[in-house]
Amino acid sequence: MTTSSVPATARPAVSPLRPFLALARAEVVRLLRNRAYLIPALMLPMLFFALWGLPNASGKLSGVNAGQYMLVSYAAYSLITTAMYGFGVAVASERSSGWWRQLRIAPVSPVAVFGAKITASLVMGLLSFSALCLFAGLVGHVWLSAPLFLSVLFRLLLGMVPFALLGLALGLLVGPDAAGGVANLISLPMLFASGIFIPLEVAPDFVKTIAPYLPAYHYGQLGWSALGAVQGAEWVHWAWLAGYSAAFLLIARWAAGRAETRR
Amino acid sequence: MNDVVCFEGVSQRFGPVAALSDLDLELKAGQLSALLGPNGAGKTTAIDLMLGLSQPTSGTVRVLGADPRKPSTRSGIGAMLQDINVPAGLSVRELVGLYAALYPQPMTVGKALSLAGLTEQARQRVSGLSGGQKRRLSFALAVVGQPRLLLLDEPTAAMDVQGRAAFWQGIAELREAGCTVLLTTHMLEEVDRAADRVIVLNKGKVVADGTPNSVRERVGLSRVRFVSTLSAAQLHALPGAETLDIGQAGQASFSTRTPETLVRAALSAAPELSNLEVTRASLEDAFLSLTNDQLPAPAAAVSA
Ligand SMILES: Nc1ncnc2c1ncn2[C@@H]1O[C@H](COP(=O)(O)OP(=O)(O)O)[C@@H](O)[C@H]1O
Ligand SMILES: [Mg+2]
Repeated sequence: MTTSSVPATARPAVSPLRPFLALARAEVVRLLRNRAYLIPALMLPMLFFALWGLPNASGKLSGVNAGQYMLVSYAAYSLITTAMYGFGVAVASERSSGWWRQLRIAPVSPVAVFGAKITASLVMGLLSFSALCLFAGLVGHVWLSAPLFLSVLFRLLLGMVPFALLGLALGLLVGPDAAGGVANLISLPMLFASGIFIPLEVAPDFVKTIAPYLPAYHYGQLGWSALGAVQGAEWVHWAWLAGYSAAFLLIARWAAGRAETRR
Repeated sequence: MNDVVCFEGVSQRFGPVAALSDLDLELKAGQLSALLGPNGAGKTTAIDLMLGLSQPTSGTVRVLGADPRKPSTRSGIGAMLQDINVPAGLSVRELVGLYAALYPQPMTVGKALSLAGLTEQARQRVSGLSGGQKRRLSFALAVVGQPRLLLLDEPTAAMDVQGRAAFWQGIAELREAGCTVLLTTHMLEEVDRAADRVIVLNKGKVVADGTPNSVRERVGLSRVRFVSTLSAAQLHALPGAETLDIGQAGQASFSTRTPETLVRAALSAAPELSNLEVTRASLEDAFLSLTNDQLPAPAAAVSA
């Protein structure tokens, strides 16, 4: 006899905090142990910054220091991919592996499950942004002051929401083998067309025309505006991101309903 | 009501397929029931309904007196699902600990691992487990929340002999604590030994329901074996045989509802026959007879 007796009354649902913390911790641990994900996620932004940011670090872009400007650009790239990976590829593979079904039969609310994923993405975003800033400072002598660092960090973390929801919708719509490819297929052209990989000032005209309709453009603008690079109202960019969030949320909800009726 | 699971007129359709049709079923507290049936009979569909993973096309499903789609109901249920892969990157202990944190009154991780026979693998990464060990891990996840109802979909598939022994040992301990168990399996010998009740599904309908003994008896099958020089055609011509296996060196093995008639005919066709053996049919024989669509199901075997 090793099991205690089982009470006969219906038991209360567990408070959402404990499962949330356990799930968030497990998400972060898994991401940190996944070297195939972690090393490129941390190194690629540094590599791009070293190749394109450092040679031009002393110049000016949009009236601010070009080194800082490109630092924010590659941070934006890094956080967009973090959000789309954490929600896209991870959700697709957890869904097809059956782990989602295993979670659905436990008495845990979807709020805790998604809250944990969001938290893990924020932690990863904080980590990769800090690593990139440290690299830029130590290697390229491009530093952000503490208030600037916090201001950029806040904008970029909060602005991850629409990309996380886009990733979630993808993860629900696409199988695990295709999710990574489709995420790249969407994010890479979007990053090129939004002024994040190449400053818009040197981009071709048609890119300048479409950029203001893309979520990554507004995300970048929010980051650069912390440096003082962007004139005009900030709330417009937040409004665009909020609008995209709402649209991606609707698609994700539709996709979740569609996914539930299959198995 | 103290029924742990109660299905009333439950039907589940997937497009043109009726996975379950008008199913009534109740499971009493403390019972160990086996849900049997050939592939596609509707076993997994029934378990998914009990878990609130899907909603029936019609009818009502109540589990522990409530709707299984409510989280508070699910805190009393543990389950081993078919075809589950857990996420890589965590150790066995970490994963079971994570799952325990989702339940209000879990048992300790150490206890769940020992019930599942995974104590030695506690520190191993889940991605390195063998197929049978993954099933044991799935069992640990099913029990760690201290459920009152355990739903196990083909729990022993892919387990080796030791794994199955550990599994049945764990089940015995949980039953002592008052846990109600429903499992599906194709290992009918295990069922014959351990189950209080056998429910045989075929094409979404219950075709037999009772203790393993009563199901066997209601099917009324016997097994007749002997060795003779009769040809295959002559063996097939013997009256009353439901199934026939012809072995090496003139061995024949029949299942039949009328062993006397068959033996009489066999003795007159082959007076020299030897090694005659008439036994009660196994649960497997009964199962095959109940789910063989070529034969009419014996009326007495259909539960009232
Ligand atoms: N999601 C689904 N979509 C379509 N058909 C399904 C689905 N789930 C089950 N079925 C069908 O319902 C029947 C019963 O399936 P299932 O319950 O998995 O059987 P078992 O577990 O007894 O082998 C099968 O014919 C199967 O093909
Ligand atoms: Mg099945």
